[in-house]
Amino acid sequence: MPDPFEPRIVAFFCNWCTYLAADLAGTSRLKYAPNVRVVRLMCSGRVDPQFVLNAFARGADGVLIGGCHPGDCHYQEGNYKALRRFHLLKRLLREMGIEEERIRLEWISASEGDKVRSVINDMVEKVRALGPFTARVTEDRVLEEVTA
Amino acid sequence: MSPRDESAGSVRVGVYVCHCGTNIAGTIDVRSVAEYAATLPGVALAREYKYMCSDPGQELIRQDIGEHHLDRIVVAACSPCLHEKTFRHATEQGGLNPYYFHMVNVREHDSWVHVDKKAATEKAKDLIRAAVRRVRLHRPLERRQVPIKPDVLVVGGGIAGIHAALTLASAGKHVYLVEREPTIGGHMAQFDKTFPTLDCAACILTPKMTAVKMHPNITLWTLSEVSRVEGYVGNYTVTVKRKPRYVLEDLCVGCLECIEACVYKQAKVSDEFNLGLSKRKPIYISFPQAVPQVVVIDPETCIEFKSGKCKKTCVEICADRNAIDFHQQEEVKTIEVGTIILGTGFEVFDARRIPYYGYGVYPNVYTAMEVERLVNASGPTGGEIVLRDGRKPNSVGIIHCVGSRDEHTNRYCSRVCCMYSLKLAHLIKERTEAEVYNFYIDMRTAGKGFEEFYNRVAGEGTHLIRGKVADVCPGANGDGRLMVQVEDTLLGMVRKIPVDMVVLATGLEAQKDAQEVRRLFNIGCSSEGFFLERHPKLAPVNTFTDGIFLAGCCQGPKDIPDTVAQAGAAAAESLALIDAGAVELEPNTAHILEEVCSGCKTCIPLCPYQAISFVPDKSKAEINEVLCKGCGTCVAACPSGSIEQNLFEDQEIFEEIEGLLTYA
Amino acid sequence: MSDKPKVAFYWCASCGGCEETVVDLEEKLLDVVAAVDIVYWPVALDFKRHELETMPDGSIVATFLNGAIRTTEQEEMAQLLRKKSQLLFAFGSCSHLGGIPGLANLWDRERILPTVYRESPSTPNPEGTVPRRVSKVNGDALSLPGLFDTVRTLDQVVDVDYYVPGCPPTPKILLAALDALLNGKLPEKGTVLAPDQALCEECPRKESRPEQLSLAEVKRPHQVLIDETTCLLAQGVLCLGPATRAGCEALCVKGNMPCTGCFGPTSRVKDFGGKALSAMASVAGGKDEAEIARAFENIPDSVGTFYRYSLPSSLLRRKRLEAGR
Repeated sequence: MPDPFEPRIVAFFCNWCTYLAADLAGTSRLKYAPNVRVVRLMCSGRVDPQFVLNAFARGADGVLIGGCHPGDCHYQEGNYKALRRFHLLKRLLREMGIEEERIRLEWISASEGDKVRSVINDMVEKVRALGPFTARVTEDRVLEEVTA
Repeated sequence: MSPRDESAGSVRVGVYVCHCGTNIAGTIDVRSVAEYAATLPGVALAREYKYMCSDPGQELIRQDIGEHHLDRIVVAACSPCLHEKTFRHATEQGGLNPYYFHMVNVREHDSWVHVDKKAATEKAKDLIRAAVRRVRLHRPLERRQVPIKPDVLVVGGGIAGIHAALTLASAGKHVYLVEREPTIGGHMAQFDKTFPTLDCAACILTPKMTAVKMHPNITLWTLSEVSRVEGYVGNYTVTVKRKPRYVLEDLCVGCLECIEACVYKQAKVSDEFNLGLSKRKPIYISFPQAVPQVVVIDPETCIEFKSGKCKKTCVEICADRNAIDFHQQEEVKTIEVGTIILGTGFEVFDARRIPYYGYGVYPNVYTAMEVERLVNASGPTGGEIVLRDGRKPNSVGIIHCVGSRDEHTNRYCSRVCCMYSLKLAHLIKERTEAEVYNFYIDMRTAGKGFEEFYNRVAGEGTHLIRGKVADVCPGANGDGRLMVQVEDTLLGMVRKIPVDMVVLATGLEAQKDAQEVRRLFNIGCSSEGFFLERHPKLAPVNTFTDGIFLAGCCQGPKDIPDTVAQAGAAAAESLALIDAGAVELEPNTAHILEEVCSGCKTCIPLCPYQAISFVPDKSKAEINEVLCKGCGTCVAACPSGSIEQNLFEDQEIFEEIEGLLTYA
Repeated sequence: MSDKPKVAFYWCASCGGCEETVVDLEEKLLDVVAAVDIVYWPVALDFKRHELETMPDGSIVATFLNGAIRTTEQEEMAQLLRKKSQLLFAFGSCSHLGGIPGLANLWDRERILPTVYRESPSTPNPEGTVPRRVSKVNGDALSLPGLFDTVRTLDQVVDVDYYVPGCPPTPKILLAALDALLNGKLPEKGTVLAPDQALCEECPRKESRPEQLSLAEVKRPHQVLIDETTCLLAQGVLCLGPATRAGCEALCVKGNMPCTGCFGPTSRVKDFGGKALSAMASVAGGKDEAEIARAFENIPDSVGTFYRYSLPSSLLRRKRLEAGR
């Protein structure tokens, strides 16, 4: 009997807000699903859409981006750029057949440890319901014998 | 730009998995994680150890680098926000560049937040695998030193700002003290007696205020506000707007004759300092001991400003000094400071937000601050506690926790209200011999001398009733008294107590403009709106922005002793930076790959610090490393991949992502 | 048999434009023909497959292969030519990045074949015939190449030595490649034979792009009366020049149209579309959802805009089909 599907979610957290909020969730011993792997960046503005695409291409089932609330970016405006890129990226991903729930942008400030918990739990459940992400172009799929 | 180790394929990585006692080891199978790490490509050795941050733990790293010829170090332990510096230092001491180190968070992000031990262990393995792949691409980076400018800006002239400024000035540093009211002193100047000793606030405050005025190292700017802050730790450029007082500070001697002489024979303007309980004239001084001892003209109410046709008796009477100048303009000053201390204080909770206590509806419902002014000898009633109609009250009810400890308003406890309510109970009893009732939920008297004070007040016959007041309404028999309805939880019954006067112990809140102010200084706020400290226990006066410190109630409600202690702490932090002379900047800055930059100018407008400029001669972009803060926004934006960020290069992040997802 | 180096040209899923480039060498073509021995070029010369098969392995010095790989025959030919050639050049956007045919990666066989053969209004096909791998005609078995669901770039099928980018590559680029080949001046294996900088470097309108560009709205070319001397992005038209490799001398821009990215990314970029959209997001859009949505309203087709030539070479390679397929 195969193991039940456990989503693998890659998260890009900004150092000053979301990463600290996740630390706070830790010091407060809040509990949440173990499916997320965090990549620490200085600012959500550093999130290059290529990172998100690479994560999916390598087998992530979902990608979460965490940054400071609009107006509160430690570097003033990085999160606005992240928001714009996210908008275009989401549209692109939708056209590529990737469901909206797999890519998520959340504004989480340093004191919102509980939000980290609830966002992660929520996203894990939503992605679990969607099932594994299989746009990995496996070699055998491509070479599949064609029967027109 | 420092070259990448050409032998990135053959680097030797040392991996250390920390137990952190049982904090990590209790949930994560550290042994199997270390064993797994040893199997990863490039890992020369993997160890587990009880406390990596301890001296022996760090010594392990130092020794292993030498003995095992390690080129990179990975430590899986707590958050990098805690110990990244510690381990970078250990790496450096072992003889490697400190940036050949990468930290993995398996505590705050793993063992502390997951219950499934197997999943937590697998997660730790994934994270370490990613770190090992990433660290192999790290380059040897150098930290840059920048000098610290010695001057300090203190924002806010309350007791916090005053104490910080005096401490720094005594240490020989030049301080700019900027205050937006016409006088320094803050809320403390409005108090009468302070708990638990009942010293007179003015008596202990005014000498400090005078010391500020007299100190040669302090530049005092009142009626002034910071409008712009640029730069970074050690090098802040601050713009201060000085509003016109219409009275020349250097010439006014504070005789106050102009106030007497004003064409307004009666004061008609609501006096802000007395919270509207009395009136002032358009030309006024906040309180007699104001510093600077200079009057101020309010352009909103002065006839000369409104019509241009005043007799200007004030100018007449000041003929020998000629201190009044109706044409004074706003001044904009720019200063260069190395550090900034924020002591912008608090605001009192607006009692109108709790309508069932009747503030603003029933005339004899007062806020505690208003009663402070009544009690104060230089207040609107000369120290007499009287009702609106001038009679002395026979009975007074003091309601604790107004606006505090309440889901509907503020959840937190405002810390000072129990003590000041007991103080007011004592003073009211003293002045009026009225029956005093204190309605409290819990009695919080935790400071030095506080419990003794509580016993004293209790011993004086104050009625202490444990219950949250449900309602304040006019008494049924129409005699002007107010009925306080409360469940006395110690007696176990609902009581209706008639009183002449109700005093609301309103809590402390962040200033209304706290959000604008904190954006101005690029610091954070907590969910209650107070400025956010870097660490509640270990760095209560630091912020996440280097060089900017907090003191007093702007960081959270506290009393005067704690405020003064924090102000001293903030001054000490400032001094530590200034006397060190220089600060090292993190090297995670971005740089343009000049050879391949096409000069498309996409990056130019993206930097809020104006670190990127276009060089027309070369037709390429250029980044000023000193101004760059390392956010990486331009790096992500560059369409041809021609900007790189130290420590966060594209390749390093791609490796990290792949390491997380692909099983080596 | 001559001693001149043997060269081959082949086309896979392509439009023939790359062949045109060879023809567009004009009189220089004579120099080329004089310097090399073309041993295989189906579109122009009558060589058969079995002749190619009998050539010794590695006897062809260089094969220029254009077109993407989407049929079994193309895959076989790519593998065959790889075996027979010392150097394999991916010639043109299709073999380099997937090209326009790469957009088929938004679909699969099951959707494409019926659309083309049955549902297309301009294709008369009353019997609803759809091509089959093997069919019997008059007792004989007739076979056709199989069609893959996914279009691939050449390097996803065989090892590629060099790339000559463009849709099509300009004659200049091709000549430079041939020149490097014939004079032993080829760079490191795997190099794209065009400058490793963005197009803005050679764009005649570069000076006119303001340093502080912030658009409230991005427009499509037909929505703007495009001025012939000003930077297209500055006029609000989405030009992918900043994200696209230089080398074409900004031909499209000189034709008063925006660059659509056919030369692909620089070597420092992994996914052209991702980077291009990141760059566009940096020049347009406001600070809230509504402003941002308005700014990019006029991009009706994200994949067609950002991955027009490069979908198969992108990180995701193709659109994800429904689960179960």
